[in-house]
Amino acid sequence: MATTREIKRRINSVKNINQVTRALEAVSASSVRKAQNAVLASRTYAQYAYDVLVNVAAMSKGKPLHPLLEVREQVGTVGVLLITGDRGLAGAYNANIVRRATRFVERYEKPVHWVTVGRKGRDLIRRWIAQQKADETAPDYLKQQQIVAEFSYMPADPDLSDVAQIVQVIFDEFLNVPVGEFFVAYTHFINTVTQQPRVLPLLPLRPFEAKSRTISDLVEADPEVKHTNRDYIYEPNAVAILDEVIPRFTELQILQALRESLSSEHSARMVAMRNASEAAEELGEALQLEFNKARQLGITSEILDIIGGVEALKQT
Amino acid sequence: MPLEVEVVSRVRELYHTENADMVIIPGSEGEMGVLPSHTPLLTTLAFGELRIIEGDDVIGFVVYGGVVEVRPDKVIVLADDAESVAEIDLEEIEAARARARELMEQGPSGEQRALIAQELRRAEIAVRVHQRMGGGQRIRSLSEDEE
Repeated sequence: MATTREIKRRINSVKNINQVTRALEAVSASSVRKAQNAVLASRTYAQYAYDVLVNVAAMSKGKPLHPLLEVREQVGTVGVLLITGDRGLAGAYNANIVRRATRFVERYEKPVHWVTVGRKGRDLIRRWIAQQKADETAPDYLKQQQIVAEFSYMPADPDLSDVAQIVQVIFDEFLNVPVGEFFVAYTHFINTVTQQPRVLPLLPLRPFEAKSRTISDLVEADPEVKHTNRDYIYEPNAVAILDEVIPRFTELQILQALRESLSSEHSARMVAMRNASEAAEELGEALQLEFNKARQLGITSEILDIIGGVEALKQT
Repeated sequence: MPLEVEVVSRVRELYHTENADMVIIPGSEGEMGVLPSHTPLLTTLAFGELRIIEGDDVIGFVVYGGVVEVRPDKVIVLADDAESVAEIDLEEIEAARARARELMEQGPSGEQRALIAQELRRAEIAVRVHQRMGGGQRIRSLSEDEE
């Protein structure tokens, strides 16, 4: 049986942990709200930009007017932008999205250029690649993959200027042809208890089929196709307008994915910390009970000692 | 027939009205005035001043690039970045301008140089628009001035 002093020490350390988990829970709760508001603020622009995009793309009649619209399925390599957190203590958040992304790669059967956001994802992917290279039975496309760029410690409230570098890397990879398609792996925020890891196509932008996939997160209503029948005047020309709209729209999609992931990370952490706090409380109660028992036992044995002593004195 | 106007930047909605009489747009090919029933048009935006004329009021914005879609009954301004004239803080802009000039003198590399040059241009346009609009988002009508 542990001594009362040992138990007391354990109770104190459990209390300390409980305080930390409670604080983390509160911080995450307020961050979820902020991140969700930011997601909504960009919706109007995205909706109208998509409108314009569909409108102009309808003009092109199948011939790509912009390099970011060009479908090059014959190119063997694909890019994946993987968004994770920098820190742990968020339940299975990081592990889930990485698992989703690696499964996707195994099924897609093409070598991958990874762009990682977040330290956790970078570390997990690096380890996974090393495993594939060491495994002789692994197929070639898994051995050929690499991390081409990594970003970490994104600000808590990311803005367009914060994603500019990420966007630059992705455009470079896509336009200079090492990569034929680009995907984004992120965690979609549904509510505080449910988040869904997703892999969605990012580039080339496919204005007409994309509606049901990536863009639907950004854009709710269908574009007003009736306007596409009208003859628009383009100033200076359609390509210049696409040049303006397409990169901006892609930037927004990436920012959106980042914000969704942040909301998800915060809520995953909030739930994980709440569970930890509850577990710490239970453990604290159990330890308190043990402490009381040990104390009583100590008192009982002391009384027995005294009584035994008194009895012994009586007999002499 | 009034004109519906929507001004949005990538991070927020700035203004919405259904009662505009005219919109003056800083297009990349020159400034243009749009009245109701205008021919459908798509144009890129320059850095400049956007004015919405609504009855007796003129509502001013500074836009920094973007796209405008003109429909017969609606004008949608998709600015890369924008602010309303009332939001412009002259002191802040002057401070930013001084910082940018200082950086420029240090002889930055090509990419940074372009960024700083853009920052300077933004500041200049914001100041110019602010001076012309007299610092208020809404300006009383021209006809009143004439009286």
